[in-house]
Amino acid sequence: MLWYTGRRLLQMIPVFFGATFLIYFMVFSLPGDPIAALFGDRQPSPAVIEQLRAQYNLDKPFIVQYLIYIGNFFQGDLGTTYSGRAVSDVMAAAFPITFRLAMLALAFEAFFGIIVGLVAGLRKGKLFDASALVVSLLLISVPTFVVGFVLRLVFGVQLGWFRTTVSGAAPWGELVLPAIVLASVSFAYIVRLTRASVADNLNADFVRTATAKGLSRRRVVTVHVLRNSLVPVVTFLGVDLGSLMVGAIVTEGIFNINGVGGTVFKAIKLGESSTVVSFIAVMVVIFVVANLLVDLLYAALDPRIRYAK
Amino acid sequence: MPNKPGQAHFVAELEDTPVAAVDRLDENEKARSTWADAWDSMRRRPTFWVSAVLILLIVVVALFPTLFTQVDPRQCTLGNSNGDPTAGHPFGFNRQGCDVYSRTIWGTQASLTVGLLAASIVTLFGIIVGALAGYYGGWLDAVVSRIGDIFFAIPTVLGAIVLMSVLPTATPITVAFVLSVFAWPQIARIMRGAVLSASNSDYVMASTALGVSKFRILLRHVVPNAIAPVIVIATVSLGTFIVAEATLSFLGIGLPPSVMSWGNDIGTAQTSIVTSPQVLLYPAAALSITVLAFLMLGDILRDALDPTARATR
Amino acid sequence: MSQTLLDTTPEGTENEEQPLLQIRNLEVSFQTQRGLVPAVRGVDLTLYAGQTLAIVGESGSGKTTTAQSIIDLLPGPGKVTGGQILFEGRDLTTLNAKEIQAVRGNLIGYVPQDPMSNLNPVWNIGFQVEEAIKANNVAQGKEARARTIQVLKEAGLSDAQDRLKQYPHQFSGGMRQRVLIGIGLSARPKLLIADEPTSALDVTVQRQILDHLGTLTRDYGTSVLFITHDLGLAAERAEQLVVMYKGRVVESGPSQEILANPQHPYTQRLVSAAPSLASRRIQSAKHAGAGDPEIFGEGSLDDTLIARAAERENAAPVKDLISVRDISKVYRIRTKGLHTNELRAVDGVSFGIQKGTTTALVGESGSGKSTVAKLILQLESITTGAIEFDGQDVAGLKGKELLKFRRRVQPVFQDPYGSLDPQYNVGNTIAEPLLAHGVGTPKERQERVKELLEQVSLPWASRFRYPSELSGGQRQRIAIARALALKPDVLVLDEAVSALDVLVQGQVLNLLTELQTELGLTYLFITHDLAVVRLVADNVCVMQKGRIVEAASTDEVFENPKQSYTQELLAAIPGGNFQFGR
Repeated sequence: MLWYTGRRLLQMIPVFFGATFLIYFMVFSLPGDPIAALFGDRQPSPAVIEQLRAQYNLDKPFIVQYLIYIGNFFQGDLGTTYSGRAVSDVMAAAFPITFRLAMLALAFEAFFGIIVGLVAGLRKGKLFDASALVVSLLLISVPTFVVGFVLRLVFGVQLGWFRTTVSGAAPWGELVLPAIVLASVSFAYIVRLTRASVADNLNADFVRTATAKGLSRRRVVTVHVLRNSLVPVVTFLGVDLGSLMVGAIVTEGIFNINGVGGTVFKAIKLGESSTVVSFIAVMVVIFVVANLLVDLLYAALDPRIRYAK
Repeated sequence: MPNKPGQAHFVAELEDTPVAAVDRLDENEKARSTWADAWDSMRRRPTFWVSAVLILLIVVVALFPTLFTQVDPRQCTLGNSNGDPTAGHPFGFNRQGCDVYSRTIWGTQASLTVGLLAASIVTLFGIIVGALAGYYGGWLDAVVSRIGDIFFAIPTVLGAIVLMSVLPTATPITVAFVLSVFAWPQIARIMRGAVLSASNSDYVMASTALGVSKFRILLRHVVPNAIAPVIVIATVSLGTFIVAEATLSFLGIGLPPSVMSWGNDIGTAQTSIVTSPQVLLYPAAALSITVLAFLMLGDILRDALDPTARATR
Repeated sequence: MSQTLLDTTPEGTENEEQPLLQIRNLEVSFQTQRGLVPAVRGVDLTLYAGQTLAIVGESGSGKTTTAQSIIDLLPGPGKVTGGQILFEGRDLTTLNAKEIQAVRGNLIGYVPQDPMSNLNPVWNIGFQVEEAIKANNVAQGKEARARTIQVLKEAGLSDAQDRLKQYPHQFSGGMRQRVLIGIGLSARPKLLIADEPTSALDVTVQRQILDHLGTLTRDYGTSVLFITHDLGLAAERAEQLVVMYKGRVVESGPSQEILANPQHPYTQRLVSAAPSLASRRIQSAKHAGAGDPEIFGEGSLDDTLIARAAERENAAPVKDLISVRDISKVYRIRTKGLHTNELRAVDGVSFGIQKGTTTALVGESGSGKSTVAKLILQLESITTGAIEFDGQDVAGLKGKELLKFRRRVQPVFQDPYGSLDPQYNVGNTIAEPLLAHGVGTPKERQERVKELLEQVSLPWASRFRYPSELSGGQRQRIAIARALALKPDVLVLDEAVSALDVLVQGQVLNLLTELQTELGLTYLFITHDLAVVRLVADNVCVMQKGRIVEAASTDEVFENPKQSYTQELLAAIPGGNFQFGR
């Protein structure tokens, strides 16, 4: 396990540098004036441009610029927003809200996704299974922002069960509806994944042997079928974090939540590219680290990987 | 023999248990390739025909929008703003007073172009890169896999947001390319894995020992046997690219407002959703049905091409 | 006739009238897309307490389905559609889920076929054994843990205590099978169903485990229902026999009686095709003057068994066609951390093969025999040593020279399911080597394919078929035809008949012998099965841990094995010393 962890950490390093370099490269090395490109339609004054040139060390070689950027990144200097606030400050304020939202969404999608997927897998070909499949396909095909609009309209505006916009502090209760919206697509994927995995494992030899031991059906299903089916679901959760981040931008935008996603949403709408880039670089780093954690969790769940040389 | 309990010597009647020749080939059965088999199992599923007809219809709409509407989608009268359906305008009007039905029809083109183009680029590139990396291995594999890891570490839409926000102009073609930049590692990984397992198979070893050249084995044996899972994922990804384009357009960094697309229309509809939900509903429904058609096709392909599913047939 | 087999019956069972297990007119069907397909039809079977009964049959005979239906382990679409399964007088087919659960493990234990897939990979061994002990209320709490260790020790894992926390992938196949036997016997059931419990293991391991299983069941007075494809194993381990064919029982009764005097034509065929130590090398039927085309239809060996060894010994010594001199193959394996370990898969192996003869390379898994095949075929490069073919050093051949070599030395691999490209039809598969070497015009190639199909007794119409539509034996015949397409001198047969049912195996062996006589082929025959070696080989090399431990003529190795390892291998052949009625 220790060796495995070490190796995964080592593998993460080039990915981290590669991914941040890629983003840095996209922003600062594309044709045209990078500063002008950063601002899109709204051209700043020459003084601001000068200041920015110095700030981004554009007079130095490209690779040096990148290394300085990364050095600052590690010192917690994540850049500044358009309005001059430090990205790290905005992040500190916004992150807890997004974290709460993401936790709620993860809990929803994992809990209900696994249960629905398990039941569907156990009853493959029956009515419940067929309806679960149809619903999951529908949830995947309808974009998150449409689900968001519709749920907000129905439960927020028409029924009045939830607030249509979340207040600044974003307490848990107000995040329930946004979390459901955010979880909807991933819920559908988890249902499909669990269902397929459960149906597969039901036919596994070791499940037949477990039955032959004289175990109850309940124990066979929970201890042998479900436990083994969770392994691919957990790996999915890692990859899924990426779509959760994109979803957070959309969902927080719709419900006007002052989280990380909401900040990015507003920055995009206002054309503040530098803010967008800074935040997304942080998001990519979180994604890389989260995937490492999931890999370790995966190893904890599957001893064959844990003990792999 | 002592008087032990046990079965008496029993011999079945020959008429009941005729003995057939060992391993004789039944010459009456029809020969069928794996692809013919897959087609056979697909065409028996009603959902296959539903999605096939839907996809065909969507393609026709995208190619020939004038067959379906004579109303000019850019002919907007503010007086009709958020207007209810009237004769000749079955879906009503949006905030700018444009015909929603006409815009939905015309918007098909952009969404489908992005989906088809991005899926084609990603599939073609992924297949080539994945096949070469998996088959030749060594440093080529190491380099390609690490580069893939880096692109894979950036979620497709996040990466696209960054790239789109620094690109000066956006057309369906640039959007497709931007999405492809971050989406290719998935297909490449799947292809690499499939090629790896196919090239470890005995038939590849047999062909090598028979004197077939390495590249010919890749083309004639490995790729045809590794391609099935990629086809499935490519079909599904076509749907997800359409959603991604809509998300970008909704955020306002996808296609510019001058390009008619479902994403743009849904994005602008958010301002009037409470008073006239139909403005949002129709383009959203069109988009969802399109995506659904490709997802269903992907599911059916998966069932038809999956060898374990075939074994239990 | 020997009575030792019957001695396993404990005293006192003679007076019991009620059988422990009685299956009456059992019908099992599977629900498929084409409707209800019967898999088991009208099967009768009787097993008394303390006895051992074996169900023998080829793949698809319904033997496993019969066994699984006893404790309702049939896969999803399978259903018992008729008949009774009486266990101590109670009909198991009428029990509800709760009741059958009480029977499983507790009264009837089960040992499955494949030790690799039958333990859950994510739970440790101790957990999986303890679970069975608790479920059957043998012991609870702390006691259950103690009992777990005891069960594993009884099953032959001496260091059980230290290995409880280990996972299945850290166990070898043989040890996993011991664990599964331990689980099956953990509640001291009255009946143990053992479904091919050792067919995935090496013969020496198989022997140890079966001996151990025999001792345990005798000590506990457990009845055993064996499921096997191996007539030799059945003859050796069971006093009662049920022979199944296509879902029906064709013959049943006391083992000795059936094997000595098989009545049903199918049983007769099976008995005559079973290779054993008493067999002799197959002689070409045409050569022997039989010339019976039906020889392929029956797969029987008895008429064609004529020893050629004496004839060969008298022949003048000729130069070897293939000469392998002191070859080694070293793999570097990355172990924990950055260390690499050397694995000497092949270690200083030398032997020669004369033109027109068959040399068998015998060994258990990991002995390096298949690596030798790959080295000779130039699929992997040798680390040290030299391989000469027809006087030419072939190591490191490149380009045209390598192609020329490949034309003359062709392989046939073990797995007929894996060695044919599923996307290629039979005609294209056989024509592929012709195409790769640019031999002939399309028309000539087609003629050659036709000729080859005839040689392997497959109809011309089969050229459009795909591998998935053919049986294992048919696929292997296609693989042989493909190997013969370029008219090679040597065929390297790597476990080429190991995956086949015994009758089909006999058929393919006959075919190989015919082709050898007809075309003057030289064979390198790689196998783990000594009984088959006796049927086809002129010379034998026995391999162990990368080395050849014994090399001699077939008769010498079988009649007078010098090395203890060879003796052990010979002794481990199931039913090896059993004289089949012929």
